[in-house]
Amino acid sequence: MADEQKPESSPEPVAGTPGDAKAIAPKPPAASPTPAAKPHAPKAPAVMATTPWESSLTELLKNHFGDSIAEFSSYLGQNFLIVRPEAVNSVLEFLKLEADFDYLVDITAVDYPKRAERFDLIYILYSYSRNERIRVKTMIPDGYRPKSATSVHLAADWLEREVFDMFGIEFDGHPNMKRILLPDEWQGHPLRKDYSILDVDRRWVQENLGIEVGQ
Amino acid sequence: MAGSTFLDSSELVLNMGPQHPSTHGVLRVILKLDGEKVIGTECVIGYLHRGVEKIGENRTYVQFAPYVDRMDYVAAVSNGLGYCLAVEKLLSVEAPPRAQVTRVILTELNRIASHLLWLGTHALDIGAITPLFYTLREREEVLKIFEKYCGARLTTHAFRIGGLQYELYDGFEEDVAKFCDMFLPKVDEYEELLTDNRIWVERLKGVGILTAEQCKAYGVTGPVLRAAGVAWDLRKAQPYSGYEQYDFDIPIRQNGDTFDRYIVRMEEMRQSVRIIRQALERIEPGPIMAKVPKVIKPPVGEVYVSIEAPKGELGYFIVSDGSTQPYRVRVRPPSFVNLQALDQMCRGALVADVVAIIGTIDIVLGEVDR
Repeated sequence: MADEQKPESSPEPVAGTPGDAKAIAPKPPAASPTPAAKPHAPKAPAVMATTPWESSLTELLKNHFGDSIAEFSSYLGQNFLIVRPEAVNSVLEFLKLEADFDYLVDITAVDYPKRAERFDLIYILYSYSRNERIRVKTMIPDGYRPKSATSVHLAADWLEREVFDMFGIEFDGHPNMKRILLPDEWQGHPLRKDYSILDVDRRWVQENLGIEVGQ
Repeated sequence: MAGSTFLDSSELVLNMGPQHPSTHGVLRVILKLDGEKVIGTECVIGYLHRGVEKIGENRTYVQFAPYVDRMDYVAAVSNGLGYCLAVEKLLSVEAPPRAQVTRVILTELNRIASHLLWLGTHALDIGAITPLFYTLREREEVLKIFEKYCGARLTTHAFRIGGLQYELYDGFEEDVAKFCDMFLPKVDEYEELLTDNRIWVERLKGVGILTAEQCKAYGVTGPVLRAAGVAWDLRKAQPYSGYEQYDFDIPIRQNGDTFDRYIVRMEEMRQSVRIIRQALERIEPGPIMAKVPKVIKPPVGEVYVSIEAPKGELGYFIVSDGSTQPYRVRVRPPSFVNLQALDQMCRGALVADVVAIIGTIDIVLGEVDR
């Protein structure tokens, strides 16, 4: 395990070497506590510097969904809203039917292992008629089964399968909830933060490829 | 069923790929057939999965840049542009004008190279061998320009976060202008070979229809969407790299079949030449790199930035935790999303049409599987 962490921490010395010690020096607490924990330990103090997002659309959503939408924000000119997990599908449907957000661009997730609600689940939407892009974001704990968006957007089918494959988030009501990129029998979900970049399903490799990992 | 023989069973499951020349890589399609008619398909993908997104979380922003070239390896320049734009957005910097113009020239050249490879292989799948030799001949000229500019032909890593690594070489403008002059008549030549060719038309017309509504429902973008009559191109809708300053058209067609997608791509190549010619006149002396810190450490935040790649909308969703490495890099690959519509396009078609339809979506498995 010790040497598995090496590649993750190796960029650190590289980043520090070329005379940039002064750039890093002013804030010593942030600079790597231990090499093993450093790379992706989500430090609480730094947060996204968002600004509130207000428009006729947010008014409409606020009136319709009330408390189900926790936040309307904007970061670098990109708007997003944070929705309670159980309301995601109805928000997507409402956005599609009432606000013309008819193109589901992408579904993806982000893993924050130290948070109680472990995953960010992100839906990127676009409207052809408004030429506008927004993100619908929700936070879910490990093991929570969000409702599949396939009934609203056909495009969600493969995208949700990929999220399941990579993060182990199972979508409720998905017509074909199985892995898409990795083999069906594979154990583990690689984009979780506790899955090291050197990890593989050793048994699968042994059984199917007839080689030892690292050979 | 009692009394039935094998002759009664009309459904046949046929396995196509992963090692099949017309799947353009390692795509496996399981076809359910009734006679020669396709009644359902299922794609099995992932044979080329390398975990690019995971690698991204374990490299610095600069280190990850060459990896993105390995996704859509026939349009590596576009991949690099999308990634650089996304990180630049996180850093709130913009590439200087000279770099932007060069980026436009190189990405448009790459669009031509990508479409040429598509045309050659697509025609080959249908049974026309000759176009492949012609298209690869012209593509070679583009690759030579890339090689002269940055030393690599395919996985170019031509751009850097904040601008360009290399100054233009002496004679770059002349090389590109010469290519444009040479290339335009060649497009007519390809069209002479194919557009009115009876076999070509019969094989493509009315095959694999995807309507505008279906395109939107499946999230399909790029030439496939434009062939269905939707004049949507990110270079126009949400311009980046100064595309709003160029005068060009979005070619569209109405039927959404394989033949229309062919026409749309042919016209796109002409439009790319138009953009390149305008860009050549815009090259001005100046810096090629914006002020970017030596150690790239974007503030905490997340952005989604997308560009019009040759195959459709290519997006990068990057989450920064304020360190030198991205916390999460998500690539929204056009090939992956477009391939999802294969089932819809194949239903009711013949087995031979499946080959034409896979070709017409223009997928690159390196990007589908990442």
